[in-house]
Amino acid sequence: MYPEDYRYSTEHEWAKREDGKVRVGITRFAADRLTDVVYVELPQVGSQVRYMHPFGVVESVKAASELYAPVSGRVVEVNERLRDHPELVNQDPHGEGWMIVVEMSDPSELDRLMDAQAYRQHIGEA
Amino acid sequence: MAGPAGLLRTALYRQHVELGARTVPFAGWEMPVQYQGIVAEHRAVRTAAGLFDVSHMGEIRVTGPGALATLDRVLCNDPRRLGVGQALYTPMCREDGGVVDDLVVLRLGEQDFLLVVNASRREVDVRWVQDHAVDCEVRDESLRTSLLALQGPRAQELLQPLTEFDLAVLPRFHVSPPVVVAGVQAVVSRTGYTGEDGFEIFTAWADAQPVWDALVQAGAAPCGLGARDTLRLEAGYLLYGQDMDESTTPLEAGLVWTVKLEGREFVGAAALRQQRQEGVRRRLCGLVLEGRAIARTGCGVRHGGQAVGRVTSGTFGPWVQRSIALAYLPVGLAQAGTRVEVEVRGQAVPAQVTKLPFYRRGPAGRV
Repeated sequence: MYPEDYRYSTEHEWAKREDGKVRVGITRFAADRLTDVVYVELPQVGSQVRYMHPFGVVESVKAASELYAPVSGRVVEVNERLRDHPELVNQDPHGEGWMIVVEMSDPSELDRLMDAQAYRQHIGEA
Repeated sequence: MAGPAGLLRTALYRQHVELGARTVPFAGWEMPVQYQGIVAEHRAVRTAAGLFDVSHMGEIRVTGPGALATLDRVLCNDPRRLGVGQALYTPMCREDGGVVDDLVVLRLGEQDFLLVVNASRREVDVRWVQDHAVDCEVRDESLRTSLLALQGPRAQELLQPLTEFDLAVLPRFHVSPPVVVAGVQAVVSRTGYTGEDGFEIFTAWADAQPVWDALVQAGAAPCGLGARDTLRLEAGYLLYGQDMDESTTPLEAGLVWTVKLEGREFVGAAALRQQRQEGVRRRLCGLVLEGRAIARTGCGVRHGGQAVGRVTSGTFGPWVQRSIALAYLPVGLAQAGTRVEVEVRGQAVPAQVTKLPFYRRGPAGRV
């Protein structure tokens, strides 16, 4: 359910290392809790995000929730498909529902995130 | 009947849990907010049939020789227009015209009426009607009445096999005599809060389960309060406590068609007559926002740099695929086409005033 090669934040974002970059999304747990996602507000390519600071907003029918960056750095890619297909976040949160790709400024931040086992404990699914 | 948090539970609580419902506290009740998901449930109601347990709604029975005169005194719409077996949507107002509640009144007999009221206003409403009652009995039957809403274009097709009563002869806003549905005593009205054809089925508290089970088995999608809210907002129906309350009048809320002033002296009539004469200063409007950001309750509305109103309800309409909202605006701006801005998380999102409803079902669904 939670890929072993991803790292996880306490705010339920995942970070997947791809060379010097990190792909970011929200976890299955978060997607299920949010219920149907109808809108994802993401930063522009080129903007800076900061470790555990908000970088966007995800809205379900019932509520809006902030997205927190699991690493600091520059946004080099944004999932444009979410603009018209926000339901991808619910359908495939760890894959097609990814949100941004960040060029890390401090790779050591990844060590501060949880591994899959710690995350499963964090959400009580261990 | 009460759960651990002191919240009331409907007679179908166990069915909801077994169907995987996520529940939330609502007006003192622990209610299903969704089963498979709000969007899927919303679509089920627009395209087929959805089933809601709305047993949290209040039912107030008014009976006796003075029942009609009493209701004529407290309701803005005219209950004298109701034949036996008919229903009517109406606000109930204070002397100053502020809305005490909005409700549907069913005429079950010559001297027998049932008011279906909001759960959040049940106790206030009971007291209000009792305080104005003359020569009639006012009883709160909420906790011995279960209420199911079967909504959607396939509603009649799914309900008909469960009863010998011919649903085809029941027009919109009409009420059946006591009938048998799925083996239990029930009253069926052709009413709802979704913008679709559909029925509401009243049974004794403990009798809801056979009806619920049979309809789920027949293919009705269990639906929660989440879809109920998105459906009603697309259909332009108001929610008491958000879109109107004691500080707003029915004329401001766009319910002028429910206010029957001619030759009547109901509570609030004088104030409403005066307001009609002077003209309202603000009116509840539909807004369609650009993009997909959602205007939530309380978001500010601006026009020409000035704060002009607040959003009372907003959502992303799963069927109309637009970000939609309701807001009170000054009458000068309350015209379709007016451009305004809604403040969503510090950003000004362009929006346009739109005629209500946001959604109207096609002629195929007409009855």
